[in-house]
Amino acid sequence: MTSSIKSDLFLTNKLSIARNERSFSSMQRAVSNNLPAASAVKSGSKRLHVERALRERKIDEVERRESSGKFGIYGGKFVPETLISCLGKLEAEFNFVLHDAEFQAELAIALRDYVGRETPLYFAERLTNYYKNENGEGPDIYLKREDLNHCGAHKMNNAIAQAMIAKRMGRQRVVAATGAGQHGVATAAACAKLSLDCTIFMGSEDMEKQASNVFLIKLLGAQVTKVEGSFKDASSEAIRQWVNDLEVSYYLTGTVVGPHPCPSMVREFQSIIGRETRRQAMERWGGRPDVVVACIGSGSNALGIFHEFVGDEGVRLVGVEAAGFGLDSGRHAATLATGHVGVYHGAMSYLLQDQEGQVLGAHSIGVGLQYPGVGPELSFLKDTGRAEFHTVTDEEALNAYQLLSRLEGIIPAMEAAHALAYLEKLCPTLPDSTKVVVNCSGRGDKDAPLFFQHRPALDA
Amino acid sequence: MALALKSTCFVQLKRPKSCYAFRSSRQLAVVSTRRSTTMAALSTVATIGISETFAKLKKEGKVAFIPFITAGDPDLSTTAQALKLLDSCGSDIIELGVPYSDPLADGPVIQAAATRSLAKGTNFDAVISMLKEVVPQLTSPVALFTYYNPILKRGVEKFMSIVNDAGVHGLVVPDVPLEETEILRNEALKYNIELVLLTTPTTPTSRMKAIVEASEGFVYLVSSIGVTGARGSVSARVENLLRDIKEATTKPVAVGFGISKPEHVKQIAEWGADGVIVGSAMVKVLGEAKSPEEGLKELENLTRSLKSALI
Repeated sequence: MTSSIKSDLFLTNKLSIARNERSFSSMQRAVSNNLPAASAVKSGSKRLHVERALRERKIDEVERRESSGKFGIYGGKFVPETLISCLGKLEAEFNFVLHDAEFQAELAIALRDYVGRETPLYFAERLTNYYKNENGEGPDIYLKREDLNHCGAHKMNNAIAQAMIAKRMGRQRVVAATGAGQHGVATAAACAKLSLDCTIFMGSEDMEKQASNVFLIKLLGAQVTKVEGSFKDASSEAIRQWVNDLEVSYYLTGTVVGPHPCPSMVREFQSIIGRETRRQAMERWGGRPDVVVACIGSGSNALGIFHEFVGDEGVRLVGVEAAGFGLDSGRHAATLATGHVGVYHGAMSYLLQDQEGQVLGAHSIGVGLQYPGVGPELSFLKDTGRAEFHTVTDEEALNAYQLLSRLEGIIPAMEAAHALAYLEKLCPTLPDSTKVVVNCSGRGDKDAPLFFQHRPALDA
Repeated sequence: MALALKSTCFVQLKRPKSCYAFRSSRQLAVVSTRRSTTMAALSTVATIGISETFAKLKKEGKVAFIPFITAGDPDLSTTAQALKLLDSCGSDIIELGVPYSDPLADGPVIQAAATRSLAKGTNFDAVISMLKEVVPQLTSPVALFTYYNPILKRGVEKFMSIVNDAGVHGLVVPDVPLEETEILRNEALKYNIELVLLTTPTTPTSRMKAIVEASEGFVYLVSSIGVTGARGSVSARVENLLRDIKEATTKPVAVGFGISKPEHVKQIAEWGADGVIVGSAMVKVLGEAKSPEEGLKELENLTRSLKSALI
C-alpha cells in the first residue's frame, strides 16, 4: 500500500514527511489497532504520531450523551434559525474528518511540525519540594507544557485543525473572536499558513491589556476589528458577522462554547493534550495521573486535558476558575461557582447573569479567563460531580505567576497561574507521591507588564 | 360594532379540543363582567389576537402592517406614546422588543437601542407595568420580541402568565430553534399566547415545513441572511420563499428584517405576503432623534408613508 497523502490542506510538499523516532511505540499501537492509515504510513517507514486519532469514536458515551449536541440538559443550538443549516453542515464536516484517515494523518503532521507537539510532561522538582511538608512528604507535581506550543498556548491545537476544515469546506474567509488574544494569534497564524483571509474580533478593553497580541495578529496578516467591551462582546459581534456572511466565511471557535457542534469540535481537537498525558504518564511512572488540574475561563484547556480521563474514575479532575477581586466583590469570572443556568452564545450552560437574565461582565487578572459563560460540557461535569471546581483570586494568581518563574524558570500564562495557585490549597491534602499534573496552558510573556503594574515594588 | 373582548378565544378555530373547556369558561366569566360596563369602556378594550387579526385583514383583502420598536428607547413613557401612535396610524399588529444585553440576532441599530434602554434602567417588570396601562388603550394586538435567557430566568410558565396578564397576544423568541420550542409552545398555549416561529432563506424546505406547521399566529419569514438592519433593497429570493411557504401552509406569512422604505413594503405585498414587519427603520427614527417629541413625529411620518404603500 502506498503512503501518499492525496489531500493537501496542510502539506504542500509531500516529501517533507520525515522519520520520527519518538513516535515508534505509538505507531506500533496504532497499527495493532488495525488502523488503515497508520499501516499505510508505517509501511513506508514513515512514522507519525497518530494517537488514537482513527479509532472508532463512540460519541455516545455512557455518561455524556451527545445526541444533538446535548450534555444532559446543557449544550444545544440556541441560535437564530438562519444559522441552523450552517451548523448542520459543519457537524457533517466534523464527523467526516474525525474518521477520515487522510485528514487525521495530515493533522498529525501539522501537530508535529507546525504546532511542535508532543509537548513535554515536565517534572517540576523545585515546585514539588516547595510544597512538601515538614516530613518531606507531598505530591509529585508535573506540568503539561502547552506553553511550548507554537504561538505559546494550547489554542493552536484547535486553530490549525479547524482552519484545515475551513479550507476543506472551500471557505475563503475565517472570522474569530479572541479574549486575551491567544486564539486570535493562533487563528491568524493558521490562516497565514493555509492562505485564508482572517478577521479577528477583539474587545477594546482586551486590546489595551494584551496589546502585544494585537501587534502579532496584524503582523500575521489578519485584520483586527475592535468591538466595544470585552471578549463576550467580541464573540457576539463575531457571531453576527458569521450570520451575515455564512455562505462565505467560517467562524472558528476558540473554545468549548457556542452552538453544537462547536463545543464538541474544540474539545475533540484539544483532547490531544489528555491523550499525550496518559501515554507520557505511563512511560514516566507506569501509571495514570492521580489529579489533573486546569484553569477554566470557558474551558478549552481544561476539557482538553480532562476528556481523556473522564471515564477513569480514579483520576481526580480539578478545575480552577477566577475569583478576581473575590467572589463577594461582584468582580470575578467564577461562572460554575456562582452562576445560574441560562442560554448564552448558542448553548445552555451556567452563566453569570443578574436577576433579570441580563448577562454580566466578568473580571479576572487572567484576561483569557474573563468570560461570563462556561462550556456546556463542564456544566455537565459539575452537575454529575465528575469534576470539582474551585476558585483563586487575582492576588493568588499573581503570586503563583511569580513563584513558578522563580522556582522553575518557567513563566506561566496568568490564566494557567490560576491552576498553579490552587496547588497551595491542594498539596497539603494529598498523600506522599500523589501524581499531580497541572496543565500549563500557555506562556506568560504577555503578562509580564501586567504583573509589574500590580507589583511595582518588584520592578526595582 | 362587534363587541371587542380581551380574551382571544371567541372565534378560535384551530385550538386543540382539550383546551376548549378552559377557554369557554374564561370567556363566560369575561362576558358576565362586561355586561355591567359602559359601551365607551368596551370600545377601548384591546381586540382580537394575532391569528384573528390576519383572518380579518384577509377578508378585507389587506396586508398587515407590523412595526417593531424597542421598549425603553429613549424611555418607557415615550414607548407608551409610540405604541398608541403606531396603533392610531394604522398598524395592525405591534411588535415590542424587550431589551437584552447580548442580542445575537440584531444589527447595530437595535443593539444600540437595547443598550440605551438598559442604561436607562429599563427592566422587564417596568415594561410589563407599562403594557398593563397601555394595552387596554390599543386596538391592535401586541407581540413581544425577546431572547430566551430572560424567559428562562423567570421560568417559562411564570413568564407566560405575566405577559398574558399584561394583555400580550404573541411572542417571538429568535434564539430558540424549532427543536427547543416545545416547552415554550406548551406553556404559551395554556396562556393564550401565540408563539411565532421564524423561517429563513437558509432553512431547507423540509425543515421549513416543520416550522410552519408549529408556528402560531403567523409565520415570520426572515427576508435575508443576516441580522436585523435596513438594507438597500429586498432580495428577490423572498418571492420564491413566499411561494414555497404558501404551498406548505395556509397560515399567514409576514416578512421582516431589512425593510425600511415604502417601495420595499409595496414589493413584498405584491409578492403575496400577508404582513410586512418593519423594525430597525422605526427604531432608528425614534431612538436616534434629538428629542422624544421629534422622535415621535418622525415615527409618525415614517409609519404613514410605509402604511400608504399598502393601500
